[in-house]
Amino acid sequence: MRTAVEKILARASGRDVSVGDIVEAEIDVYMTHDPMGALVEDALNEIGAEVKYPERVVAIQDHFVPAKDIESAVLSMRLREFHRRFNFGAYYEVGRGGICHVVMPEEGHVVPGDVVVGTDSHTPTSGALGAFAVGIGATEMAAAMALGKLWFKVPPTILIRGEGSFPPLVHAKDLILKVIANIGTDGAIYKVLEFDGPAVRELGMDERFVLTNMSVEAGAKTGFISPDEVTFRYLEGRASKPPRPEYSDKGSFEDELTFDVSSLEPLVAAPHSPANVRAAREVDEEVDQAFIGSCTGGRLSDLEAAVRILRGKRVSERVRLIVIPGSRRVYREALRMGLIDALVESGAAIGPPSCGPCLGAHLGVLGPNEVGISSSNRNFRGRMGHPDSRVYLASPSTVAASALTGRVTDPREVVS
Amino acid sequence: MIRGRVIKYGDDVDTDVIIPARYLKHGADPQVLREHAMEDLDPEFGEKVKERKIIVAGRNFGYGSSREQAPLALKYAGIEVVLAESFARIFFRNAINVGLPVMEVPGVSKVVEDDDEVEVNLLSGVVRVIGKGELKGTRIPDFLMEILEAGGLVPYLRRRFHAEDSPDTR
Ligand code: SF4
Repeated sequence: MRTAVEKILARASGRDVSVGDIVEAEIDVYMTHDPMGALVEDALNEIGAEVKYPERVVAIQDHFVPAKDIESAVLSMRLREFHRRFNFGAYYEVGRGGICHVVMPEEGHVVPGDVVVGTDSHTPTSGALGAFAVGIGATEMAAAMALGKLWFKVPPTILIRGEGSFPPLVHAKDLILKVIANIGTDGAIYKVLEFDGPAVRELGMDERFVLTNMSVEAGAKTGFISPDEVTFRYLEGRASKPPRPEYSDKGSFEDELTFDVSSLEPLVAAPHSPANVRAAREVDEEVDQAFIGSCTGGRLSDLEAAVRILRGKRVSERVRLIVIPGSRRVYREALRMGLIDALVESGAAIGPPSCGPCLGAHLGVLGPNEVGISSSNRNFRGRMGHPDSRVYLASPSTVAASALTGRVTDPREVVS
Repeated sequence: MIRGRVIKYGDDVDTDVIIPARYLKHGADPQVLREHAMEDLDPEFGEKVKERKIIVAGRNFGYGSSREQAPLALKYAGIEVVLAESFARIFFRNAINVGLPVMEVPGVSKVVEDDDEVEVNLLSGVVRVIGKGELKGTRIPDFLMEILEAGGLVPYLRRRFHAEDSPDTR
């Protein structure tokens, strides 16, 4: 009995493995971006090594873009020069890519069965395609690039089964917040969260990525969803290499938890933890800024959900609504569908594909004591700006509803 | 052996409070990291760390981002070891890789108080809490200990690559 992740690591390390073993696995895809690329190259230079497989590297400008000041311009230049020096397999310039975790699957860089490492903690997003994808630090990335492989401790897997069917205006974000609240911010440390069950299978890829992405907020090493028709349809026309799908054997899980989504309602994670979860309708708080974007809220289905709430209505006087499409593809499709026009008409400020205000450094930083509601994934103290600002995490529908009313709002209240 | 007095924190000390994202544009500038380490959680950290070199914390220390600047900030500020009930996995790996000793010590957040004095033996995993007795930490696996002893992953690998290049070891 083996989990899918054990099978992927066995293939990548060329030997039989089981939970707890330490293995050296061959890396299929390496991802780095503007805040970390320079550190990776510095470490590589200090080691005195070259990138062994530059064709497997994807470099993306996404965090501080377009450059907001001289320091971030320098980081951006360093990533650009790093790419020019080694001629990476793919490089996304400002405006031509988007957020790394949106771009990686969207542009076909990941297929089922891949071992993926990225210098970003939300790299597990790509696990929704049936890959083993983990976040690592810059020095470790330099080591992996130099050696072509990296050590991993083979993790146990917890199965999260979603039963039932999602009610209207309830999203994957609500399910994952429920899971995090349930198991805690350290509930899955060193472990994999694998998602399955009818509720998960009914989700499109856009929403599945939210589940694997936010596994990290429960401490998980990665999130995983085994491939099905939805996955294979998504890969068509994107992926340039054949998939190597792996599936977990029955009984291979360390633990199994079941969540019935039919009874789920719109939730928020209150300041300052993604595990501090309550029903949106129970929260009584005014908001200053609403943000729809990031690697858990800037995909096409998120913008569609927002427009369903906002079309023909005006955002509250007291709220700034900031919308940032997650990638160039999302942006163009949203333009074509008239979503951007509808959002601007309701009063939204549209930003260029990037991380935006998600990490509190650029394009919509919160001031002292301000309250934000955001479709992103982290609400730690100071995450989106001043240490005394406060952030609620929610689905795009809940963020849009709150933008309309000016307070944290259950979207079912504004839709008749 | 590392001996010193303790600065104590709670559970879920996240990477955004260890070093806020607003400073990441400076890359890994030691001066910037040293100056702003822990400022959002504990504005007095800069003062405390002049006298105390050991952090003791609860569960999930280093929760959050993959930024290596987090363990680096603590290291540059002068922290010699972090003992916690548990660590977020990327932080744990990053810490070893940048040469900051870290060890999981079950019970440490219950036994050790702020300002206590402790003596840490990384090789045996034994933590002596002066005047209170001993705790047993989870020993760092041997190959990670080697990285730590080399001063981090970069010097460790430099040796490895260098050795492979030099003719007498071929
Ligand atoms: S959108 Fe936010 S969480 Fe996602 S990669 Fe960017 S900064 Fe990280």
